[in-house]
Amino acid sequence: MLVTAVLSGLVLGGTYALLAMGLTLQYGIARIMNLAYGETIIAAAFLAYVLFTGSSVNPVLGLLAAVPLGFAFGYFVYGLMMRPLVRRARSRENLEIDSILATFGLLFVLQGVMLVLFGSNYTSYSYLNVGVNVLGTNIAANRLLAFLLAIVLGGGLYLLLTRTLWGTALRAVAVSPGSAPLVGIDVDRAARFAFAIGGALAAAGGVAISMYQTFTATAGVVFTMKALIVVIMGGVGNVLGALLSGLMLGLVETFVATYLDPGLTLAATYLIFLAILLWRPAGLFGRAAR
Amino acid sequence: MSELLALTGLTKRFGGLTAVNAVSFSLERGEVVGLLGPNGSGKTTVLNMISGFLPPTGGRITLNGDAISGLGPNHIAKMGVARTFQLVRALPSLTVAENVIAALAFGRQKLWDAVARDAALHHLSAVGLAGRADQPAGSLTYIDQKRMELARALAAEPELLLLDEWLAGLNPTELKTGIDLILSLKDRGITVLLVEHVMDAIRALCGRSIVMNAGRKIADGPTAETLKDPEVVRAYLGDGHV
Amino acid sequence: MTARTLLGLAFAGLVLIALAALPFFAGPYAVTLMIGMTGYVVLATAWGLFSGPTRYVSLATVAFFGIGAYTVGVLSETLPYPLVLLVAALIGLAVALVVGLSTLRLAGVYFVIFTFGLAELIRQVVTWYEVNVTGTLGRYIFLPVTPEGIYWQLLALAAATFLISWGIGRTRWGLALKVIGDDEVVASHCGIDITRLKLALFATSAVIITLVGAIQAPRWTYIEPSIVFNPTISFLTLIMALLGGADRLWGPLLGAIPLFLLFEWLSANFPNHYPIILGLVFIAIVFLLPKGVLAALESRLGKGGAK
Repeated sequence: MLVTAVLSGLVLGGTYALLAMGLTLQYGIARIMNLAYGETIIAAAFLAYVLFTGSSVNPVLGLLAAVPLGFAFGYFVYGLMMRPLVRRARSRENLEIDSILATFGLLFVLQGVMLVLFGSNYTSYSYLNVGVNVLGTNIAANRLLAFLLAIVLGGGLYLLLTRTLWGTALRAVAVSPGSAPLVGIDVDRAARFAFAIGGALAAAGGVAISMYQTFTATAGVVFTMKALIVVIMGGVGNVLGALLSGLMLGLVETFVATYLDPGLTLAATYLIFLAILLWRPAGLFGRAAR
Repeated sequence: MSELLALTGLTKRFGGLTAVNAVSFSLERGEVVGLLGPNGSGKTTVLNMISGFLPPTGGRITLNGDAISGLGPNHIAKMGVARTFQLVRALPSLTVAENVIAALAFGRQKLWDAVARDAALHHLSAVGLAGRADQPAGSLTYIDQKRMELARALAAEPELLLLDEWLAGLNPTELKTGIDLILSLKDRGITVLLVEHVMDAIRALCGRSIVMNAGRKIADGPTAETLKDPEVVRAYLGDGHV
Repeated sequence: MTARTLLGLAFAGLVLIALAALPFFAGPYAVTLMIGMTGYVVLATAWGLFSGPTRYVSLATVAFFGIGAYTVGVLSETLPYPLVLLVAALIGLAVALVVGLSTLRLAGVYFVIFTFGLAELIRQVVTWYEVNVTGTLGRYIFLPVTPEGIYWQLLALAAATFLISWGIGRTRWGLALKVIGDDEVVASHCGIDITRLKLALFATSAVIITLVGAIQAPRWTYIEPSIVFNPTISFLTLIMALLGGADRLWGPLLGAIPLFLLFEWLSANFPNHYPIILGLVFIAIVFLLPKGVLAALESRLGKGGAK
């Protein structure tokens, strides 16, 4: 039972880590707190569902459609909605509040569109739903695949950010948007790219989720909250922190579901979230801000 | 004379940086004392700890014998400490009078309505801002904002006034007015601790000076002597000038 | 008091009497409409009472609203009605004090997210409790309160809310709030206890919101967590207060009335596309009127006068 809980916790946590990495890029680098993040995830999940059930495209190939679309969506949302807000913001605080409000509106728009298109029913499809024996426990192959995707995409992103000049520029913007232009970094462009990559990661996460979970048009908020919790746990802008915290959240949820009550997982998630906001707002791995 | 303020082993660390390192000194009631030192030596941090803006990492501050270290600025303000800020902090959306009434309404006297307004006008005219009461504070010039900030600090009827480079940026005429203003406070028995770089002002105002360098107190005594102290000269000008 | 304030109070009193007399002339549909509208006027004004001067964006509105409604749902058969309202207000106050003490030091975006999470947390806990301990998810409320009765109670609450909001502006606490809005550092050095003031304001606002939930609860007859903890309520309150301008006494009212009517019309005529239009309206307000209608009007008039 313990091994099962740990393994399924890690598998679930992999997806959370993937989701959180996208949000941490959007918030850490682009400085946009995107409350409509979860809706992007759900939209990608529906896309994978439509491709799979409609044209029997398997979800891994579906990623090839979802990820570029997620990127493009992020790119346009930033250019159309966020940039005007960035330009008029007098301070970082102002921008954060404005972006929260604007993306809160976006949340309702996206959710509304999905409700019109797909209704409010629980949706799922069956792909690779066969058991695979890992360390003596049976785990569904689709969950393992989702975990693998998370590791590959997350690891790739981490290398991109730490090993390339371009990634270094993005991190420079995260640390100090005021001085990055002094060394020739185009902050506006970096922010737009970070926001777009965040959208791509959300889309990838949505496809991964659709492979092994049921979802509804209104479930986006829950995913936004979970991604946010992981981001704050890991420290804003900290990609490695998001990875570790994502795995931790997956473990906690699985343990609560296994040993306490499946009905309490969400409550437990929120409780962790509130506790971290209160005691470690800079994250479990971060130093206190300022 | 009796002791008003005492600092014992006051220390402030920001992460790995020790901004103020075991500083001790005391002020007698009615003294006007200069707190000097090169930029970054920790003077403003000391003021910030006395006014409660920053909690000390270690050490003790007492006012009239009562420990105030660790209390919030609102408590310390009510115990009789007022201050001005290095970069003037006006309340721009309020009127000049309201800026002063803010200190009157929540300080020790708790004045309100017509009484508060009369008192505010009185304090404003004392700093040379008579007739400006109903202007928005944001429309004042820099020097007038400084005056208003002083009026706000004085309105609290403080026993101890902390001035953080209040004379900086004044032209010679304004400087003379400013010095006279502070001297008049001395006559009213207000104890003043001022962080200042304008040497003429320090010589004119402060019988005693405390000098800090790199977070430590390096000299404390009559102003003329401390300014000649070899360690003080070295701190300001470097080794070659001793 | 000057003659002008007396005149203003007298006028407000007359308007109140006229509104209270409405059920005698208008039909039941008008009363239903007025209940909803007055409810949102109170919610938006109470929201602005705290969030206007402190600039904390709270998404916890529905947490308190739901607490009020659920308290009535649980206690309506065991306690007399006025006592139920009192208990609801006290629970709202207790939750507000605990939440306020722990969260008011959170800055900007963290406060927004905390309050967002709080509403969800309370909903999850209530759901879990109802399913696992009580065994039923929903509750029926059978109270002998007529729609007119609900309307009058809300009207009284609205009058009280405006009086509180107006009264605060005239005391030294109103000045303190303006000082805090400009510069918290100066405020604390003037001797203002910022935390206590914010807490008092948050608690006042929360109790009023709780009472709106409690007073409106009998209208539903049947309540369950997904109805009374519906985040749309927080959302609508926020957007109404923002449209009118949260930092002015009449701002939230000016935002609440047109938006309530608009949403009422939208949900009747475009039930499926309602959330989409809602979101678009919201985005438009954030972009076009970030400080609210009143501020926009003032700056336009101000510019006109200068010419």
